[in-house]
Amino acid sequence: MGKVADKNKTKASKPKYSKELYLQWYEQMLLIRRFEEKALMMYGQQKIRGFCHVYIGQEAITAGMETALTKDDCIVTAYRQHGTALGRGVTPKEAMAELFGKETGIVGGKGGSMHFFSKENNYFGGNGIVGAQIPIGAGIGFAEKYRGTKNLCVTMFGDGAARQGALHEAFNMAMTWKLPVLFICENNGYAMGTSVERTSNVIDLHRMGDGYGMPNEPVDGMQPETVYEAIQKAAKHIRSGKGPYFLEIKTYRYKGHSVSDPAKYRTKDELNDYKDKDPIKVTEKRILDGKMATEADIKKIKDKIKKMVEEAVEFAENSDYPDGSGLYEDNYVQTDYPYLE
Amino acid sequence: MAREIALRDALREGMSEEMRRDEDVFLMGEEVAQYNGAYKVSKGMLDEFGEKRVIDTPIAELGFAGIGVGAAMNGLRPIIEFMTWNFAVLAFDQIINNAAKTLSQSNGQFKCPIVFRGPSGSAGQLAQQHSQTFESWMANCPGLKVISIVDPYDAKGLIKSAIRDDDPICFMESEMLYGHMGEVPEEEYLVPIGKARVRREGTDVTLVTYNKMVLVAEEAAKKLEAEGISAEVIDLRTIRPMDHETIINSVKKTNRIIVIDESWPFAGVSAEVAYIVQKHAFDYLDAPVIRINAADTNLPYAPTFVEEYLPNPDKVIKAVKEVMYVNR
Repeated sequence: MGKVADKNKTKASKPKYSKELYLQWYEQMLLIRRFEEKALMMYGQQKIRGFCHVYIGQEAITAGMETALTKDDCIVTAYRQHGTALGRGVTPKEAMAELFGKETGIVGGKGGSMHFFSKENNYFGGNGIVGAQIPIGAGIGFAEKYRGTKNLCVTMFGDGAARQGALHEAFNMAMTWKLPVLFICENNGYAMGTSVERTSNVIDLHRMGDGYGMPNEPVDGMQPETVYEAIQKAAKHIRSGKGPYFLEIKTYRYKGHSVSDPAKYRTKDELNDYKDKDPIKVTEKRILDGKMATEADIKKIKDKIKKMVEEAVEFAENSDYPDGSGLYEDNYVQTDYPYLE
Repeated sequence: MAREIALRDALREGMSEEMRRDEDVFLMGEEVAQYNGAYKVSKGMLDEFGEKRVIDTPIAELGFAGIGVGAAMNGLRPIIEFMTWNFAVLAFDQIINNAAKTLSQSNGQFKCPIVFRGPSGSAGQLAQQHSQTFESWMANCPGLKVISIVDPYDAKGLIKSAIRDDDPICFMESEMLYGHMGEVPEEEYLVPIGKARVRREGTDVTLVTYNKMVLVAEEAAKKLEAEGISAEVIDLRTIRPMDHETIINSVKKTNRIIVIDESWPFAGVSAEVAYIVQKHAFDYLDAPVIRINAADTNLPYAPTFVEEYLPNPDKVIKAVKEVMYVNR
């Protein structure tokens, strides 16, 4: 783990992209980081219950990805998804209220941490069954191709899901039918507590694309630049009608698998090594070194995000729980479905 | 004008009419296109609709069921054919964890209008893995609707309703009875989901059943008539939601009920019927509810095992006499 990230160790080189793009990445990553830190705090206060998997450490993927896609593209992912949803356009208020289980949440308190959905943002959800979203993503792409659009579906999963049979079935059909799907493995090195090395003879997960003739490559996921570039290239390939592309984005989660995981299966050194190349820290430095913003500008951004997250908590606190009778809604589209007593 | 056609033809007519009506409907499954269907249900559909809409898949039930779910979430109306429901077990994750739950998880934002269809039940000496019924399994899960038919008229009318329905539907047919003939009108019609059909009126005992056990119940009813016993035969047609009213009204008339159900007895469709009858018609019952199921065992290969395992008219007649307290 970490080899790709090591090779691309940050240098104080001249920024490659515009000031606007760097600031957009920075704000996006910072919002996710602060949101997740607050979520953990709220979990500690038992305002949030159930499972809660946070995205801290992986923010550069969302930031880089969203600037390389259009809003008409679709995304489906797994349950470590607060950051992905925020990147799509789910507001911090809608997201926090959902974590609190409130009726103002993005899915009205019906999904919680694992299941945000937003049709208006083409966000097809956080999926709780490891790997099940992989064929679903192929199906979302199938529908885009069927209708003759130029949109693609980004289908995201972790390194653990890469070991599910569903991946192979979906890869095979997506490639055979040249579906417009960008498969992204967010490889954070651990399937819950089990490292990639312990579950497979092949640890370069992107090479699984080779078995299906699917173009694939590893990507440094600790910098928005590298993610942005890789996704732009892959998306161009997909939109030209050549079928799917597979990116293994190497990243790291700073926290345990979920809030109840102390992550004793890894060393402090490993974690600190990653924190040294923290995407937010590095991007901030790049912005300042490149004179794209002043310290004062950065502080202003930080204050703005802090306020957004605080307002999200306040909104969630002040919202009501959904009425229990809502149980009988949205199991069926049919409104007069005769439920059993 | 009605004509006699086979179950497979009725299903094909229903699917084809809906595909002509709505561009978003497509058929996907193993051998559905070039091979014309493992049981010829989709014969000729590739020729009419082309490979964009009639799609052969690799043998990957989980994968293509999931592709169907994703396509349905993204606005299409897939028909996913399983060569049999025994193979659909590989796809249960997508049916139970996704198709059934998408609407609820998304708080109504993403519906999943999909039909999963194929034959359910035993089909001769096919042994343990190819002989199971799945109506009870699927009907246990909120979010799904379950239809199970053999009558060609019902099959056509219900497959059309299922394709138009906005909820995910498990549609169960019969491998043995794809050639089963029945009257089907030339003109278009729909059969509503959730309505049972009284196939034969009677006054002494109610026989509730579905899928190919309908034929067993009807044969038993015919034999009973010769003995002066009048049996009412109800074909559930839709398992979930179940038409309680038709069952209860019949029991109020006959005061006796037998459920003939090819699925296993434990926590099955027959158990559900027995529950609702005791709940809503307790005072009308002159005898306990009796159910005749497949044996509570696996189904091995030899013909003697098949004979022992399945419900048959003699078992039904014996049960009828038991609830009528007669020894003829």
